[in-house]
Amino acid sequence: MNTKKKNKPYVLFLYFMIPFLLVLMYKYVTKNKQATYISLDGTITTSEANFQQEIPETIDYIFDVKPILSDRCYLCHGPDDGTREANLRLDTKEGAFAALGKSIKHYAIVAGDTLASKLVERINTKDNIKQMPPEDSNLSLSDYEKKILTKWIEQGAVWKEHWAFVLPEKSQIPSIKNDSLTANEIDNFIIQKLTQQNLAPSKKASKEKLIRRIYFDLTGLPPSLSEIDAFLNDSSKNAYEKVVDHLLNSTRYGEHMATNWLDIARYSDTHGYQDDLERTMWPWRDWVISAFNRNIPYDEFIKWQLAGDLLPNATLEQIVATGFNRNHKITQEGGVIDEEYRVEYVLDRTNTVSKSLLGLTMECAQCHDHKYDPISQKEYFGFYAFFNKVNEKGRMDYGEIPKPNVKITQKEIDEVLNFINMPDSIKEVQLMVMKDDAPNRKTYVLKRGAYDAHGDEVNLTTPKAVLPFTENYEQNRLGLANWLFDKKNTLTSRVAVNRLWQQIFGKGIVASSSDFGNQGALPSHPELLDWLAITYREEGWDTKKMLKRMVMSNTYQQSTKTSDQLLEIDPDNKWLARSSRDKLTAEMIRDNALAVSGLLVEKVGGPSVKPYQPKGLWAETTSGQGLTEYIMDTGENLYRRSLYTFWKRTVPPPAMMTFDAATRDYCTVKRQKTSTPLQALVMLNDPQLIEAANTLAIQVLKNESLSDEAGIETIFRKITSRKPDTSEIENLMTFLKNSESTYDETKKINNKEAIDLITNGIAKEKVYAFGVLTSLIFNLDEAIVKG
Amino acid sequence: MEEVHKYFLNNTRRQFLKKLGLGIGGIAAASMLDPFSSLIEAADSPLKGMNLPHFAPKAKRVIYLFQSGGPSQLELFDYKPLLNKLRGQDLPDSVRKGQRLTGMTSGQDSFPLVGSNFKFDQYGESRAWVSELMPYTAKVVDELCFVKSMHTEAINHDPAITFFQTGSQQAGRPSIGSWMSYGLGSLNDNLPTFTVLLSRGTGRPLAQPLYSRLWGNGFLSSLHQGVQFRSGKDPVLYLKDPEGMTRAERRKMLDHISELNEKQEREFGDPEINSRIGQYEMAYRMQTSVPTTMNIEDEPDHIIQMYGSDATIPGTYAANCLLARRLAEQDVRFIQLYHMGWDQHENLPSQIEKQAKDIDQATAALILDLKQRGLLEDTLVVWGGEFGRTNYSQGTLTETNYGRDHHPKCFTMFMAGGGVKPGFTYGETDDFGYNIAKDPVHVHDLQATMMHLMGVDHTKFTYKHQGRRFRLTDVSGHVVHDLLS
Repeated sequence: MNTKKKNKPYVLFLYFMIPFLLVLMYKYVTKNKQATYISLDGTITTSEANFQQEIPETIDYIFDVKPILSDRCYLCHGPDDGTREANLRLDTKEGAFAALGKSIKHYAIVAGDTLASKLVERINTKDNIKQMPPEDSNLSLSDYEKKILTKWIEQGAVWKEHWAFVLPEKSQIPSIKNDSLTANEIDNFIIQKLTQQNLAPSKKASKEKLIRRIYFDLTGLPPSLSEIDAFLNDSSKNAYEKVVDHLLNSTRYGEHMATNWLDIARYSDTHGYQDDLERTMWPWRDWVISAFNRNIPYDEFIKWQLAGDLLPNATLEQIVATGFNRNHKITQEGGVIDEEYRVEYVLDRTNTVSKSLLGLTMECAQCHDHKYDPISQKEYFGFYAFFNKVNEKGRMDYGEIPKPNVKITQKEIDEVLNFINMPDSIKEVQLMVMKDDAPNRKTYVLKRGAYDAHGDEVNLTTPKAVLPFTENYEQNRLGLANWLFDKKNTLTSRVAVNRLWQQIFGKGIVASSSDFGNQGALPSHPELLDWLAITYREEGWDTKKMLKRMVMSNTYQQSTKTSDQLLEIDPDNKWLARSSRDKLTAEMIRDNALAVSGLLVEKVGGPSVKPYQPKGLWAETTSGQGLTEYIMDTGENLYRRSLYTFWKRTVPPPAMMTFDAATRDYCTVKRQKTSTPLQALVMLNDPQLIEAANTLAIQVLKNESLSDEAGIETIFRKITSRKPDTSEIENLMTFLKNSESTYDETKKINNKEAIDLITNGIAKEKVYAFGVLTSLIFNLDEAIVKG
Repeated sequence: MEEVHKYFLNNTRRQFLKKLGLGIGGIAAASMLDPFSSLIEAADSPLKGMNLPHFAPKAKRVIYLFQSGGPSQLELFDYKPLLNKLRGQDLPDSVRKGQRLTGMTSGQDSFPLVGSNFKFDQYGESRAWVSELMPYTAKVVDELCFVKSMHTEAINHDPAITFFQTGSQQAGRPSIGSWMSYGLGSLNDNLPTFTVLLSRGTGRPLAQPLYSRLWGNGFLSSLHQGVQFRSGKDPVLYLKDPEGMTRAERRKMLDHISELNEKQEREFGDPEINSRIGQYEMAYRMQTSVPTTMNIEDEPDHIIQMYGSDATIPGTYAANCLLARRLAEQDVRFIQLYHMGWDQHENLPSQIEKQAKDIDQATAALILDLKQRGLLEDTLVVWGGEFGRTNYSQGTLTETNYGRDHHPKCFTMFMAGGGVKPGFTYGETDDFGYNIAKDPVHVHDLQATMMHLMGVDHTKFTYKHQGRRFRLTDVSGHVVHDLLS
């Protein structure tokens, strides 16, 4: 570091201070640990959120009380009949206020009377035997939590139903004094909360930041220099809106939206278990891209995927869409018990649908009644029953295409499936789809979730806490789809808009986007969530329109700049007084490099491709069956967007996994966001990124009229979408000159175009140094954030 | 979503540096020390209140020698002369008791019992039974703690190996090494906390595969994923700088990256930037520390001879055992080896001879080598596969040849070092080698015991994900106190 050179005593001082600093920092951090507990899915549990928190004036059951009851009490006093202690259940109003045992005057909760409430006594007692929660549960209550429960009872123990099981209501748009702050309704809701927190929105992001952000959020790709310039020079009022409309109408939009959907659908190019044989599901992926680009309304989009085959006069396209529920893993392992795995596939469908579309962790009710949410094991298997009519095998043979499937040839593509990009070399594909071709198969509760432990027979049903499944619905998957989109379903629309919000704002209004149950996060902006949910439905589930509303808000367009004070008040950016500075996803990082270097081949759909991967990647773990060796593609297949990269589930592309891609073993609604040393190694040394760096450098050097400074500026702008300032250019110039001076013949310049440049008289040193410089810029923090 | 603790970390650092009159450059210098370090772990919020370790650990680190495929206990350690006597006779129903069979033998019309073709003897002061296939291991039995009564729930490779590694048969949960990395943090500033080494058996070179999810972090942060150390030029993926780039150039580049990133941090105040600067510094250190650890040129001849000549061939089990010792010396927390090829459905005698030869000498050498360096006392070594093998022959039984199918009901594992009883054998199987006769140890029990040795109460070490507190041992598992020294 330059500073080090200038200031040697400081370095020495720091060197000696480090142990001291670490100890102090450690102490500081441990001291504050209590207050800083946020789980990875963003759930703040109350005990840990009590940092500097005062007991509220009025205790709210949903926001203050139930999270405590659910997390610390439901395990033994919750929905599961099987493990309920002392016959006390606290998850229902009836149960919570019921007399304890036969003796009268013994109640867990007596509204307004803390002395008579056994709950208050038992949580506050010092008696180890009586204390709740008991010691061996490994659970405990903080003082704050005890006070909350006590004060709630004192204030009359007002009970409310769980918010997510109550129908959303469209509340009035909050009025905001300074209406210059609001671009649309979203801002009214956001600013109302900000004001309550004594916060104000940040100013607008610079145009350079904004165009980068909107390009990545809507298309997953960066803007080109000419697109940036056009936007910067467009002073018309609707300059930004024009960009938004343009992006929503580009085919890149569908590709980007599909990328998110593939995680949910656990899409893969292999079967996933053991030998992990290849499968052909990419035509389904092509359908997803096309469906987003055509802006098929969300209700149709889901109905086709869940029950396209059951629609009246189902089209081949609608049948293709049902591939969604065949993307689960399938085993070929010799010797497995067929029924065990067939059951596994039905469970997977059940869990995928409930997690992604209902935001419920229904899988917790596979072995017993749900411990936290009102979902019985019987209801779980009633839901499972919808997916249990497929005449499928548990174990597939090598070379088999599991049934049911449909055959697709060029003829079908020409006639009705023109979204499928089938190369001439492929004559036909067989695509797995859904079909209720085992209509008489009965469904039983599986005791302890075991495939062979049949309990009572069950009929089709859904969790009645959400909405009962009456005879008015078709008694099959189509009925389930219609139930999901019934106006009275309390979850579907909330879960859907929340996921869109997560995509655009980095985190959902409900941070736990796959858990809207009792243990999930509470909505930061419940009224806004409901308003969006109802609006989405009223506007015909128009996804593009909803996304446009979000990105047109001022809230979205804020700067990411934050201050110590703001970080202290709202470290997690719950209230959105600034924009979150989100990192690019695994796909975006690679696609950005390909795009800015001009290497990207934009072709929509088709079979998955095999770009650069480390040598021996598949060979080192293979059984010798199936995909034994990774044979890299050549030509344009090396430069396709990352959503087309071949996905082998047992050995997923390592660079993408390093950047938190989902494994695709099962449905993922939200990826992790981590920062690790392995990410640095990928950025520094992945051959695909090195090639992109060299290619971009060459491109710039080809324009001989550019000065070094102008060359640096162009590269910097392409990668980060903004102009570097003079200090940055100076810094990079120093690096460039240094790299030139260290050049010697040991450096390898293999790139053909680079050799051409050198032949044409550009100094080797310069060609080399610009390549390294470009790699440096790719490694800047700014290169992997949205803007 | 760890912004909060990063804020505190960052803010704290900033305040200190400000108070001390230090410039922003100091922030990066301080954050260089962070990645994988116990400092981050201390602040890693969901660990709050767990007070890890729960009690004084016996073992600081683990070397897990996973024998993938299911080694036959009946050929290696579980001596059953009755099977030789009854050779060719059908497995009595009274012994089988309706145990489910894999699809590979469920179609067989008979289940001919078969004893081992290999001789057994008792060794050491502990008089442990070992077959002639494992002569080197036989010499170190007084260091070993055998469990003859392991049992599992799965009968096929994929679910069974996933069960051993993650406590669940279905994919998606963190590997045991990830749990340890998350719970106990790193002892080392230059190497990943959880490292993985693979080797392929010569007995059955193309056997069942491995899957990278076996060392995956599941729902834990990817900071805790197992990092595969590979033989060859790039021992960790993307570790090697482009050809011709010197360390000085790389250093220079990182300095410029830090300076420009710090400028961004000043402008936008995002604590994530400092964390990233720290990750780059760790990456830079790994670029030196990993190749240095992998380079065995400084090992004296007598050590190489101890592990066997294979130790000089990168990617072999012997080479990996030697690397495991080197990683243990560097205080890597969890070192996971996998040796493939133990799936002897047919031609068992010839295949297992080669498999055993692959691993026997190096396994014994590793234990002795750790011991002579004083590392064995706080390193737990675990040896074993995902299940055992049947006492009857799969396929046709001939005079010299037979095979064995998967058997979940009983199999043998052994441990050594870090807090387990040396020269001890626990559990017994019946004379048929089919059922456990005494002291069963379930997979979750083994996991609970391993955690206990690392100072962790497996019932208290949980991670809340999707509203539920998950643990490695799911809802069961007991520490096997009889195994503890």
